[in-house]
Amino acid sequence: MDDFYRDYILDHYRNPRNFGHLEKSDAQAEDLNPLCGDQIRIELALDDGVVRDVRFSGKGCAISQASASMLTERVKGMKLADVAKLSKDAVLEDVGIGISPTRMKCAMLGLRVLRSAAIGELAGWPDEE
Amino acid sequence: MIATDGKTEQIIADFPILARPTSRGKRLVYLDSAATSQKPRAVIQALVDYYEQYNANIHRGVYEIAARATAEFERARVKLARFIGADAREVVWVRNTTEAINLVAYSWGNAHVRAGDAILLTELEHHSDLVPWQLLAERTGAQLRFIPTDDSGRYVLDDLDALLDGCKLVACAHVSNTLGTILPLETVVPRAHAAGAVVLVDGAQGAPHLPVDVKAIDADFYTFSGHKMLGPTGIGVLYGKHTLLEAMPPFFSGGDMIRKVEYAHTTFSDPPRRFEAGTSNNADAIAFGVAVDYLHEVGMPWVREHERRLTAYALERLAGFEARGLAIYGPRDPATISGVISFNLADVHAHDLASILDTEGICVRAGHHCTMPLMEKMGWAATARASFYIYNTEADIDALCDGLEKAARVFGI
Ligand SMILES: Cc1ncc(COP(=O)(O)O)c(C=O)c1O
Repeated sequence: MDDFYRDYILDHYRNPRNFGHLEKSDAQAEDLNPLCGDQIRIELALDDGVVRDVRFSGKGCAISQASASMLTERVKGMKLADVAKLSKDAVLEDVGIGISPTRMKCAMLGLRVLRSAAIGELAGWPDEE
Repeated sequence: MIATDGKTEQIIADFPILARPTSRGKRLVYLDSAATSQKPRAVIQALVDYYEQYNANIHRGVYEIAARATAEFERARVKLARFIGADAREVVWVRNTTEAINLVAYSWGNAHVRAGDAILLTELEHHSDLVPWQLLAERTGAQLRFIPTDDSGRYVLDDLDALLDGCKLVACAHVSNTLGTILPLETVVPRAHAAGAVVLVDGAQGAPHLPVDVKAIDADFYTFSGHKMLGPTGIGVLYGKHTLLEAMPPFFSGGDMIRKVEYAHTTFSDPPRRFEAGTSNNADAIAFGVAVDYLHEVGMPWVREHERRLTAYALERLAGFEARGLAIYGPRDPATISGVISFNLADVHAHDLASILDTEGICVRAGHHCTMPLMEKMGWAATARASFYIYNTEADIDALCDGLEKAARVFGI
């Protein structure tokens, strides 16, 4: 687990990318991990079903904050439908090293919030014929 | 490392888990006894003996092992009563502190608390001594008030009499599980009684760590959990003054708590059995009795002094990290706190700190410690917490400090 705290993880923790708020967002969600109090909010700006811009905000441990930060880098330019289907493996690939089971919830908080923003938005779209 | 008095080494040898290295081959440094304590061999053996030698349901079987199970179960009640200076009929078996408080909130609270009454808590309460009263207040229209704390987690009692005005009940932690603050019960209880309030003391962190005499404290109710004081999980005690228990209606109902049942009507047993519906946690109650035997043998004044000494040593060693951003929360006076220290290291989140300490075999708690309103008030997102018990030594605190060095290194502090 101590191997987890690599330089790039600490860098994302201390200098989170896409941190803050969008002036105007098309989809958003937030959630917390009640066990440790980690909080993440994600806002998405969309263009024709594609993520044009993203911001996250929140507080918590290095694992939750760094993985959310890396996630925001990954989703820019992605189709919202693909964002909704992002898997755990994508996050694990980003963070690059095994997370202990006790901390998995921290690592996946950003993903959970992101997917719920995407799914919530998609649910409001008219069905395609 | 400071030499201990030899007694601690003997105690350590009684706890099998402390001899088991972690999966990384580290010595287990257990600093989370405020969450739950480890168990001595005698307590574990009592559980095995019950199931291997005399497992039977109590208070009904006529055969030999049932008689033995009943006798041991009731003997454990007597031991618990003696441990806190109570009478056996004032000791109600419950699952844990949380259940004990809920029992009082429903049985006593529903019968006595009315709209407009006040219930006085403190700002340091564990959720278990807060949420049941919030629900009681919602059911009855009563109002919650709080004894405030200052920035370092000390109680501010200046306005106590005003807070007590119109109060039906005071419910307060004997010892805070987050900051270790000991409530001056000798001040609060007499004034609460003078104001006409009934006093429930949440002793979850009191009974394990301080000598407790419920008659001297003059608590009306005192609640605690076996698992935090060398006993098994699933067993705890509600102490209640007999006159109060006698007048209270049942909380749970069913078998084992009745005198006579007719199809339409039931008369209930006297306390404590009135409050013990259904088959009890027999083995765990008996093993809890063995746990308090062990604590009695060690001596509660020794427990308190041992923890006071460790706390003083820990505060002194931790202060050495303050220049690198270590924040220590709570009163810094070992005479007014129990063996609990909450802290944070610079910008390292408590969970990350606990994860790094874990790689060295060091167990600390990280988070809000079931005191979310306190964390919010103090502006702490989360804290790491080290807590001590009879099997801890200065060597454990040295290990904690080595672990903090490692965390500081990893995070480049
Ligand atoms: C002060 C305090 N009250 C109540 C409780 C709840 O105890 P239990 O979970 O055994 O019911 C705890 C346990 O952490 C505690 O520390």
